[in-house]
Amino acid sequence: MSGPRYPGFDTLSLHAGQRPDSQTGSRAAPIYQTTSFVFDDAERAAGLFGQMRAGYVYSRVANPTVAVLEERVAALEGGVGAVATASGMAAIHLALATLTGQGSHIVSSRALYGGTHNLLAYTLPRFGVSTTLVDPRDPAAFAAAIRPETKLLYAETVGNPRGEVLDIPAVAEIAHAAGIPLVIDATLTTPWLSQPLALGADIVVHSLTKFIGGHGVAIGGAVIDGGRFDWEGSGRFPQIVERDMGLNELDFAEDFGPAAFIMRARLEGLRDFGACLAPGNAFYLLQGLETLSLRMRQHVANAQAVAEFLASNPAVLQVTHAGLPGHPDYALAQRLMPRGAGAVFSFELKGGRAAGRKFIDALQVFSHLANVGDAKSLVIHPASTTHARLDGEALARAGIAEGLVRLSIGLEDAQDLIDDLARALSVSQK
Amino acid sequence: MELNYQGAMTFIQTAGYAIDPAKPSVCFVHGAGMDHAVWTLFVRWFARNGYNALAVDLRGHGRSGGTALESIESMAEWLLGLLDAVGVAEVGLAGHSMGSLLALQAAATGGAKVRKLALLGFGYPMAVGAPLLDAARANDHAAVDMMTIWGHDAGAQFGGHQVPGLSISTITKRRLEAARPGVLFADLNACHTYAGGADAAAALACPVTLILGDRDRMTPVRGAREFAKTLQKAAIDMIPGCGHGMMEEKPEQTHKALVRALSV
Ligand SMILES: Cc1ncc(COP(=O)(O)O)c(C=O)c1O
Repeated sequence: MSGPRYPGFDTLSLHAGQRPDSQTGSRAAPIYQTTSFVFDDAERAAGLFGQMRAGYVYSRVANPTVAVLEERVAALEGGVGAVATASGMAAIHLALATLTGQGSHIVSSRALYGGTHNLLAYTLPRFGVSTTLVDPRDPAAFAAAIRPETKLLYAETVGNPRGEVLDIPAVAEIAHAAGIPLVIDATLTTPWLSQPLALGADIVVHSLTKFIGGHGVAIGGAVIDGGRFDWEGSGRFPQIVERDMGLNELDFAEDFGPAAFIMRARLEGLRDFGACLAPGNAFYLLQGLETLSLRMRQHVANAQAVAEFLASNPAVLQVTHAGLPGHPDYALAQRLMPRGAGAVFSFELKGGRAAGRKFIDALQVFSHLANVGDAKSLVIHPASTTHARLDGEALARAGIAEGLVRLSIGLEDAQDLIDDLARALSVSQK
Repeated sequence: MELNYQGAMTFIQTAGYAIDPAKPSVCFVHGAGMDHAVWTLFVRWFARNGYNALAVDLRGHGRSGGTALESIESMAEWLLGLLDAVGVAEVGLAGHSMGSLLALQAAATGGAKVRKLALLGFGYPMAVGAPLLDAARANDHAAVDMMTIWGHDAGAQFGGHQVPGLSISTITKRRLEAARPGVLFADLNACHTYAGGADAAAALACPVTLILGDRDRMTPVRGAREFAKTLQKAAIDMIPGCGHGMMEEKPEQTHKALVRALSV
């Protein structure tokens, strides 16, 4: 078609959500380090409070610097809007809290970030929300677990540490057949590798702390609304389709159409739970977002090179990376995320727990810490850190081998990463 | 509110308020392929400031049933009849894009029913290019893309609008995607073939405000300016740096312009 074009991914990464500041011409997004915004007059104040006028009131609910980040993330994901939050966990909580309440049920993949597992398995039940965990490689298991009170299906694009790839189109179809939304944590893939909304998901959550921020300097999260879910047709969400006299007499579906969910997440969730992102952190995260595709290209290219190196090393029992042909989800990853299956993966070292410790201590370029998605390469050995209290048998039940090592591959020269790993692998086997 | 009107369930957004015959009324009419929700902020403001505020879903649009009407004249007749049906005797009427044509036609043919008229994103004649009409006829997504892109100022693709955290370009796209098959073509073709503008201008008795975006690419301001010269009581409220979708691009300026244009 010779018609008009939408701006491309890289252009949106740099420009979406911001045009040069009209007062000063500032090219960078200014940091609006303020709690609150002066009303022109009493009439406008009433208009803003009553959702009759557009603008800013108080930075817990909306802030102009944070809004740049929100619009940019929404644009990159192809969503109608986003709410930025204090952390990735706050984003997950906000999405779930907007959709669920006392007596609600969730069906989730069991391949979850540990924090999310804690939230679903232990914390949300205290608030009357229960979860059934299912095998992400078995879409039929999601369907079988859906109940009348199920409000959403939940999964991650790529699991960690085992690299399960979710068949988003298949699970989305199951969700929509049941009239419930599919919520996807896309932290490890970022919109450069996978756009869940385009594949059929309804809501995306991110920890912006990881690859989107990209430099390991700020914690943040975001919830993005695809704007396609049929809330009226579902019948499971009175909070979105009925007029809420306690929330400004808003009927979110009637009043906001495709932006119904994200408007409720902001106007209820930020107002009442208050896990807003600080403007300074939004600024840091925006700096990272500007170079997302450039960095992700290098992250996945380095990860592929490192994975291939490890797969050929005699001290390595197994490499679990969906970008390697031996991985059970290799073909699915090629189809759904052809640019790469991310830069976080794990491998199993010969020699168990002791070898794992020696290996970690011998690394010099990789940093030993509890994070992923930094520009610098990171490593962690679950059996001696996050899961140190578990004995071998309990570890095995959790699906974690004693020699399992998780890597988050950064932007260094791939050869330096390989040399560092080669040296540490040989130390680990002595 | 919902009512059965001319054999179809018909939806009118009123911000939850019942119509009170003692209050003055304002009514908003959406453009091609759209629905009532483009007016939410303004409906809420007028409803809470002493008016009956109504944003209709035209036949076959949004929450209204039936098939889309195929001419501006039939839409205007439909609207006047609907206002009668809900007991609104006199109204300040605002329409956007296609809605501005039918608001004009309704004001010209409705006698004293239309007290004041606001035409937003207006142009006459409202010729629609062949590529867009053809794509709409084929229910091709390219029609949605053209309207999404041309429907806002070029810079609006990057956002930075007044409602925090929303991507208005994607919202416009989703609204158009939600239009039922055939609706976009019926609407665009009605705009394209409407020839009653000059007669309507001659017959108009009420004050008219044209609320325009100076960067409108869908209905460039030149057409509206020329048309305004043919009106007896016309004012132009120009919104700087704004494209065709002023309700989303510049809601504050649009709010002020609507209050100026429609207040009793
Ligand atoms: C996949 C995934 N989701 C969510 C989170 C939580 O993010 P945050 O630490 O920003 O709260 C993490 C953090 O490691 C993660 O890896």
